[in-house]
Amino acid sequence: MSFKKGKMKQKTLIEVKALSAWFKKSQALSNINLLIEKNKVTAIIGPSGCGKSTFIRCLNRLHEEVEGAYLKGEVILEGKNIYDLGSDPVLIRRNIGMVFQKPNPFPGMSIYDNVAIGLKLSGIKKRSLLDERVERSLRNAALWKEVKDHLSRSGQSLSGGQQQRLCIARALAVNPSVMLMDEPTSALEPISTAWIEELIQKLKNQVTVVFVTHNMQQAARVSDRIAFFLNGELVEFNKTSWFFTKPKHSKSEDYITGRF
Amino acid sequence: MRDSFYYFFRKTYNKIMLLLIFLLSLLATLPFFYIAYFVFQKGFSAINWDFFTKIPSGPGIAGGGLANGILGSAVMVGMACLAGLPWGVFLGVFLSEYRFHPLSKLLRFVVDLSVSTPSIVIGIFIYSLLVSFFGFSAYAGAMALMLILIPIIGKSAEEILKMVPNHIREAGLALGLPRWKVILQILIPGTVAMLFSGVILSIARIAGETAPLLFTSLGNQFFSKSLNEPTASLPVQIYEFSKSGFPDLEAMAWGGAFLLISFVFFINFSTRLLIFIRKPSYKNEF
Ligand SMILES: Nc1ncnc2c1ncn2[C@@H]1O[C@H](COP(=O)(O)OP(=O)(O)OP(=O)(O)O)[C@@H](O)[C@H]1O
Ligand SMILES: [Mg+2]
Repeated sequence: MSFKKGKMKQKTLIEVKALSAWFKKSQALSNINLLIEKNKVTAIIGPSGCGKSTFIRCLNRLHEEVEGAYLKGEVILEGKNIYDLGSDPVLIRRNIGMVFQKPNPFPGMSIYDNVAIGLKLSGIKKRSLLDERVERSLRNAALWKEVKDHLSRSGQSLSGGQQQRLCIARALAVNPSVMLMDEPTSALEPISTAWIEELIQKLKNQVTVVFVTHNMQQAARVSDRIAFFLNGELVEFNKTSWFFTKPKHSKSEDYITGRF
Repeated sequence: MRDSFYYFFRKTYNKIMLLLIFLLSLLATLPFFYIAYFVFQKGFSAINWDFFTKIPSGPGIAGGGLANGILGSAVMVGMACLAGLPWGVFLGVFLSEYRFHPLSKLLRFVVDLSVSTPSIVIGIFIYSLLVSFFGFSAYAGAMALMLILIPIIGKSAEEILKMVPNHIREAGLALGLPRWKVILQILIPGTVAMLFSGVILSIARIAGETAPLLFTSLGNQFFSKSLNEPTASLPVQIYEFSKSGFPDLEAMAWGGAFLLISFVFFINFSTRLLIFIRKPSYKNEF
């Protein structure tokens, strides 16, 4: 960790204030308060069902797309509450990329179109600009070399690991300032997992990453900050190195040492 | 020793059951093969160039064909399809993509009801709605066929769209696309081959409908001069000629039946092929 204490005040990108979320009558998150720093990787960990996915889906307003789901509280991104009345979820989501647990390239769509679709549908038509952005995104996702000669092949024809990198490229193409990842490697084998982990490290210069993982080693390897959730509550939010060496909370310690 | 006996017993038992299931399935499909053979045997000899180009000659007069019926069927099925296709697909989209909408429940009920409505009832409905005022016409026939078509296409489109896993939609939403764009630009293009197969299978389904046409387009011994006239159709010709009692007309009816069955078979076969080639894979589903 090259974090020098007191050298400068870290810039906050997202401020989560008193966030609670429900599915119908059952509460999934209660009163979450959290600061996500710019160009840092934040890992969300915790046992199954503790609300990790729900939490990151509140950050791009995807939670409200689930039937019967609603929430309370504020998520302030770059100074503006994304839940302000009259703010458009569609516009907000363009600034926040998301990668899912299962690689999900769009069916029947070529590799090129999978990456270009976000740009195309937001009105960019110039071919040269599209070409350039597609190449850049695929390079950033460390997939360019493997696919550059068959961009017109179906995205679903790639291997699982390649598909996941394609999904990362798709999300990067629209230049988001935040990238949310929900267990991005849990469906992949170790080599693809290592690729994605390396990618997250590289990406943090251009985009702030928030990712969910079940894998403690992965969180330790990749993240700068750790948010530990338990039963819908944020138990501990800490620098990764401190979290693993001297956790503030006894429950964190129990979780780290596998006593759950 | 005991264990290996049980293992042997279980394996043999398994094989016997499998054989039984296979035989029973074969038995269930037997009538179809018999029908196909029967229709082929009786109908194939009636097929010749005149069959497709001439209108029926009177009983006892050699020659003639079902050209007016073939054309009438093609026109009415074509019109029903052109008008019904967008409606059907929209219906399917609504049922699948807005399934929590309060209207969706009602709509699904109505669609289920209309899929199982006897087609003759639809014929009578169009008869009292249109035909009793404007007379028999190709329009009325096409309308009746369309009413049968829409819920079938809607149902098949709904089933196909529902097969797309939800996280694909969410990936589209997360890219900052409004829901309608996700549907129009991602879901529909991604399943277009299957949607298309659903549509042509439902065309095959309405091509053989007889009862609703009896009440709407009636029939015509000649080519119709406009869409406003009674219009001949293949199923109605088959129906009428087969009960005419004249051997040459009956032979013609068999020819029509053979044509219809070949058409349906061809459509089913080619869509299977299409689905086989173009089916999107969700290979990361577990
Ligand atoms: N669509 C839904 N409808 C109703 N309840 C839900 C839904 N999705 C999640 N929940 C509930 O909300 C709570 C939090 O779920 P969430 O998916 O956020 O957990 P998670 O921490 O991501 O778990 P996992 O590690 O298994 O992915 C759980 O109790 C879950 O049962
Ligand atoms: Mg989850």
